[in-house]
Amino acid sequence: MSDRLPPILEVKELSAHYGGVEALHSATLSVENGEFIAILGPNGAGKSTLMRAVMGLVANAGSVRFRGESLPRAAPDACAARGVVLVPEGRGIFAPMTVAENLELGAYLLRDATELARRRERVLALFPRLGERSGQVAGSLSGGEQQMLAVGRALMASPQILLLDEPSLGLAPRVTEDILGTLALLNREGLTIVLVEQKAPLALKLARRAYLMSLGRVVAEIDPRTVTSYDDLAQYYLA
Amino acid sequence: MTTSRNIIWRDRLAAVAPALPWTIALAILGYAFLAGGYLVTVMSFALIYAIFVTGLNVFMGYAGQVTFGHNAFAALSGYGSAVLTASYGWQPLTAFAAGMALALGGALVVGYPTLRLKGHYLAMATLAIGLIVYEVAVQWQAVTGGYMGISGIPPLGVGGFEIMSDRAQLAFLLLVLVLATWSAMRLRASRFGRALVAIAGSEDAARALGIDVAHYKLMAFLISAAYAALAGSLFVHVVGFVSPEVFGLHMVVLAFTMLYVGGIGTAAGPLVGAVIISLLPETFRALKDYQDLAYGAGLILLLIYAPKGLAALGRLIPRSKES
Repeated sequence: MSDRLPPILEVKELSAHYGGVEALHSATLSVENGEFIAILGPNGAGKSTLMRAVMGLVANAGSVRFRGESLPRAAPDACAARGVVLVPEGRGIFAPMTVAENLELGAYLLRDATELARRRERVLALFPRLGERSGQVAGSLSGGEQQMLAVGRALMASPQILLLDEPSLGLAPRVTEDILGTLALLNREGLTIVLVEQKAPLALKLARRAYLMSLGRVVAEIDPRTVTSYDDLAQYYLA
Repeated sequence: MTTSRNIIWRDRLAAVAPALPWTIALAILGYAFLAGGYLVTVMSFALIYAIFVTGLNVFMGYAGQVTFGHNAFAALSGYGSAVLTASYGWQPLTAFAAGMALALGGALVVGYPTLRLKGHYLAMATLAIGLIVYEVAVQWQAVTGGYMGISGIPPLGVGGFEIMSDRAQLAFLLLVLVLATWSAMRLRASRFGRALVAIAGSEDAARALGIDVAHYKLMAFLISAAYAALAGSLFVHVVGFVSPEVFGLHMVVLAFTMLYVGGIGTAAGPLVGAVIISLLPETFRALKDYQDLAYGAGLILLLIYAPKGLAALGRLIPRSKES
């Protein structure tokens, strides 16, 4: 058993820049199949940029491997096609379209109608509210429902690995717990999840491992079980 | 008692409201058809513009892009039709097809590089295209006749049958518009249409879902150019005359006004906007010197009280919670 499976996602020395400004400096991390990983760090630490760089949504350099295979560095559509799916910051739902249309767009690359129906059924079982709101315009949903829709839409793509960029942003604590609870359930069913979160305590409850980011760098890897006080974390936030 | 009756009425109104813009536009067209005379000409222009605006709606309303240059594609096909029939004696239908092909070829050549641009930059680039085609139409006198234009363009027809009378032309244009609107609605409801609306919402989110944004933008550009070209050719065959002014910057301004007054992104918007905007100056004709003033004031009022366009007015009637 010497030849282990390669990690599902392996990021090596990934940098990203907006215009001339580098916002992510040579980030390295790896995610094993079936893991729940949290990426923590204060505002402006480069967490979102890391997610966008992995997807190829921002100009970047470095290597990103998915199951050992190199992912193209400027083709988000190719990432999506292989099952690397991002729930972007601020949800990115399509406000003028109905809930049903948004979900259908999630499975955009799928042309098989029966498989589409199967996936839709599964998503609606996870988020029954979306079924009730099916014909409604997505922009008229509440913040929590919109986030459910964003996650549901990503699941429609049948991801191998789901990247979530601050799904708790602007949501009430109870709604956040609901959504994170659903993520935990999906993870138990075998889905690999990478969760970007500012609210460390929430994320550390769910994650098996966490990476800490600060000022555009990955500064530490944390085992949540060893975090007894948040003083250790605080030093990165206050640095 | 009165309140419950009010609610019933309000709900009934809300139920028929989506059909209201269509009904009003078609009623005006029907009246024009029966009344005949000058109003038929006004409405024929309105329908040609409605086809042009339907195309703009695909690119701007659905895909959320900007173009100030689609008059160029109307001009290419219009002049194509005009030159081939009037100067070379082609059959109107073959000239029509050739004009459309010329415009689409132009749209492909222009769209491929310019669609890398976004927002204001795309607007500026497309504006330039419109201006360039205008200048060519003015300067290339040997072919286009310069400012004098080309006259004697035959009406459309098949074999010996020509669409000659004003009323027949109006009916024919209405048929074309119905087909254009129907195809645009089908497009919006399709997988392709959903992808366009997704691109309008967020290009990054659309790309992250696997949508090839550059390819779809180009397709939307070509489709809207095809509507523009259709309108351009129809214009020259219906009027029998073409000059650079026909497809000048005025066309862009007028089409934008129609699109926004009618309701950008809505199915009925292009038709309603075109009919109302064509009718407005005629309504105020009696005011003589103050005509432009009244027209401007009317536009401002429309945009204040119907900011999402006339076609979206019906949605403003709130339904009661129970229904």
